[in-house]
Amino acid sequence: MIIIFGLPIVQLLLFGKVINNDLQNSKIAILDQSHDNTTREITTKLLSSGYFVLEEELRPGTDMEGVFRKGKVKMVIDFEQNFEQNLERLGKAHVQLLADASDPNTARILTNYASGIINDYVNKEKLQNLTLPHQINTEVRMLYNEGLKSVYMFVPGIMAMILMLISAMMTSISISREKEMGTMEVLLASPLKPIQIVLGKVTPYLLLSFINAVTIILIGTLIFGVPIKGSIAFLVAESFLFILMALSLGILISTIAPNQMVAMFVSVLALMLPTILLSGFMFPIENMPMPLQILSNIMPPRWFIVIIKNIMLKGTGMLYVWKETLILIVMTFVFIGLSVKNFKIRLE
Amino acid sequence: MKTNSKNKASQHVSQNPLSRRGLEEASISIQNINKSYGPVQALQNISLEINRGELFGLIGPDGAGKSTLMRILMTLLFQDSGTATMNGLDVVKDYKKIRKIVGYMPGRFSLYQDLTVEENLNFFATVFNTSITENYDLIKDIYIQIEPFKSRLAGKLSGGMKQKLALSCALIHKPEILVLDEPTTGVDAVSRKEFWEMLKKLQEKGITILVSTPYMDEAMLCTRVALMQKGKVLDVNTPQKLVENYDRKLYAIRSDDMHRLIQDLRSWEKTDTAYAFGQFLHVTGKADETEACEFENYLLKKEHRELQVFDIPPTIEDVFMNMMNE
Repeated sequence: MIIIFGLPIVQLLLFGKVINNDLQNSKIAILDQSHDNTTREITTKLLSSGYFVLEEELRPGTDMEGVFRKGKVKMVIDFEQNFEQNLERLGKAHVQLLADASDPNTARILTNYASGIINDYVNKEKLQNLTLPHQINTEVRMLYNEGLKSVYMFVPGIMAMILMLISAMMTSISISREKEMGTMEVLLASPLKPIQIVLGKVTPYLLLSFINAVTIILIGTLIFGVPIKGSIAFLVAESFLFILMALSLGILISTIAPNQMVAMFVSVLALMLPTILLSGFMFPIENMPMPLQILSNIMPPRWFIVIIKNIMLKGTGMLYVWKETLILIVMTFVFIGLSVKNFKIRLE
Repeated sequence: MKTNSKNKASQHVSQNPLSRRGLEEASISIQNINKSYGPVQALQNISLEINRGELFGLIGPDGAGKSTLMRILMTLLFQDSGTATMNGLDVVKDYKKIRKIVGYMPGRFSLYQDLTVEENLNFFATVFNTSITENYDLIKDIYIQIEPFKSRLAGKLSGGMKQKLALSCALIHKPEILVLDEPTTGVDAVSRKEFWEMLKKLQEKGITILVSTPYMDEAMLCTRVALMQKGKVLDVNTPQKLVENYDRKLYAIRSDDMHRLIQDLRSWEKTDTAYAFGQFLHVTGKADETEACEFENYLLKKEHRELQVFDIPPTIEDVFMNMMNE
């Protein structure tokens, strides 16, 4: 009953809150090579718009790639030298917008907002003082995904979703199926240790999921041209870790669920929907209301998607994703620990 | 250290009866077991001693607590209070050892339906760390009957075949004790008979067998039976003794209108019980002196035709029905 009436409400609220393509408080960095009144005023305009938050002020010569690899900054605004002078004397000034296009939607929206604000500023405020026609050239560069292909975003997301689905849902269903069919009773009454029963159920799915992961990566690169800039071995290792995490989550569900129906519901409710909605796969986490942002922290796919995007699109190594990796490892151990505690060597 | 001393204690218990092999020795010992599911008392203070090599029957209707008792013995459920030992091993402390020496057939068909007969058998042999060939002698008689279907999926077998396969799987590791929960429920009469013949053979090989059944006729095939109802043991004895001890006069009555007959008899103040048994009603009077002719006269007054009333020796079912009412 809770499921029948509660589900639509929860879903509606979630979708309404989450599907929100307006961006707020996106983190940006500014490289101001000019430091004059105009650039300062533009910066103030940008930051007071509510769309952007200044994360970092860069110095000339900073490694831009490095800034993006850290993963916090979504866009860098680069004002050229002598910005104000150029604008007043030549009637032309350049500003470059670099965006992290591993999430193409966000990148597109951010650059549009920023260039809109800059142009608005020039037209409204500068035109009153100056008579010459003025122009600010905003040059937009999309890093990691020049063509803004959305497939770059979908491949990691789909991978996280499929692995979660196959590993966790299948394991939980297959173990609770034993309970339902009564075979668990015979297995429990045998000298088999719980670990043997669980390993026996999990190993096939470990293999299956692994084949799935490899297939998704192959199709992504060969057919859709998603690059793998980082090390393939590292990518495989991280996928393996994620699969293990999902499997242990599946075992945990099966220790709680008395039958296949419940296992199925729990998997769909606890895994599928959050993976799609809250992992940042489709909708940027920054846009979500605070409670959901906090909730998204306990969604394993969220961290996995960050890891794969980093490895595939940005070519980063362990140095930049150790935190996410550690989170996945901790989650795996927590799930295994809880499962061991919950696994019943008797029927009750 | 703690477990060590317990092991010694249990060995001590089991060694002692071993030295007196062949005598009356407890294989399964149940003392004051209580178990409740919420407000329902499934087992109330059950105590039983089952001897080595016995074919012991738990007889009772659904909900009597037979399965619960078996699951406690199989270390699958915790009792609320009381103790039980299987060949000297405590069902709570030594559950790992018990699981090695006991063969179990749950009430529901619990093999892998999507595996073939042979695969199931192989699987359970592997689970118990043995092989089919190793203990083939023990299961030969049974397995031979299902061997023609060995490549058929277990889910596609008939009821009787399923139970024979389940029995083979429960026997594959040569258990010392066999626990069978309603093995013949939903099985045709011929297969039931064959099944019980197999149990007899296994008993001759020295395996202690605890079997539950709702069928009263099967009770006669056991060495001893415990009659159970609503979580209580009503009586424990050999089936023959149970029948002998039945001291009431029993009449079989029939007429052309059985439905009206049972209503008339039950509404008569001199009738104690009237149950339908096949084509006849088994009837007892409130006072044992109530004569056959009294019933006859009463029923003739009620205009029953083709009336037959005669004495009948009691069956185990009559015994059970009688005890249920007491």
